[in-house]
Amino acid sequence: MARVLVQEQVFGVGEELARLSEGRTDIGGVGLFLGVVRGTLQGRVLTAMTLEHYPAMTQRALEAIAAKAEARWPLLGCTVIHRVGRLLPGEPIVLVATASAHRAAALEACAFLIDWLKTRAPFWKHEEFADGTSQWVEAREADDTAAARWEKAPA
Amino acid sequence: MRVLYFAWLRQKIGVGEEELSPPPDVQDVRGLVDWLAAQSPAHADAFAHRAAIRCAVNQDFASPDARVKPGDEVAFFPPVTGG
Repeated sequence: MARVLVQEQVFGVGEELARLSEGRTDIGGVGLFLGVVRGTLQGRVLTAMTLEHYPAMTQRALEAIAAKAEARWPLLGCTVIHRVGRLLPGEPIVLVATASAHRAAALEACAFLIDWLKTRAPFWKHEEFADGTSQWVEAREADDTAAARWEKAPA
Repeated sequence: MRVLYFAWLRQKIGVGEEELSPPPDVQDVRGLVDWLAAQSPAHADAFAHRAAIRCAVNQDFASPDARVKPGDEVAFFPPVTGG
C-alpha cells in the first residue's frame, strides 16, 4: 500500500527515504524523483508558483496511479507526496520514491508514476513573474507523449 | 447538481462552485456544457474553447458523452499540469 499525501507543508526527503526502508532488508534499490520550483522560465524571472487542486478527487487519483505502479512492478515500497498552495523558487513540489529488490523496477516505476501523475492527477500550476504578470501553466504535449509510452506492454 | 470550476475556468466564471438545476433534457456532459455556456457572458467566455476543457463526473475523469443526472458533482477544468 503506497504512502500518498497531498499537503501544503514541505516534506523531508531524507525522512521519507528512511521511512520507506525502515526495518527492512529486502530492498535493493530506491528510485526517486523530486520536482522543484524553477526560478526562471524562458528568460523570465518567476517569483512564485501556486498549485491548485481538486481536493475531493486528488487523493483518489494519486492512489489509483500508485496502485497501477504497484500492480505492474514488484515494489516493496512506494511514496507519493504532492504539495499544494503557493510555493517559492527552490521549494520542492513533488516527491516520488519507489523501492524494489532491483534497480530496474524501482527506476521504471518511479518514471511511470511521475509521467502519469503529470497527465492524470487534478493539479493546476499558476505562475507569478517578477514583471508583475501571471499565467496558468499550459499542458505540454511532451507530457502526454511521455505518459503514452507507458501504454505499451512493459519491455 | 453541484458544478465545480478550477484554474482559469474558475477565474473566468468568478466562482469555484455552483448549485444548479439544469432542465431534464441535459443528460450528458456535452449537453451540460451547452446549457452552462448560455447562462451568462462569463460562462460563455469560459466555455468558448471546449477542446481546452476537461471534465470529471463524481470525481472521475469523464468524456463529453458521459451521463449526468441530478445530484452529481460535475467539475470542469483545463488539462492538468501537476508534477
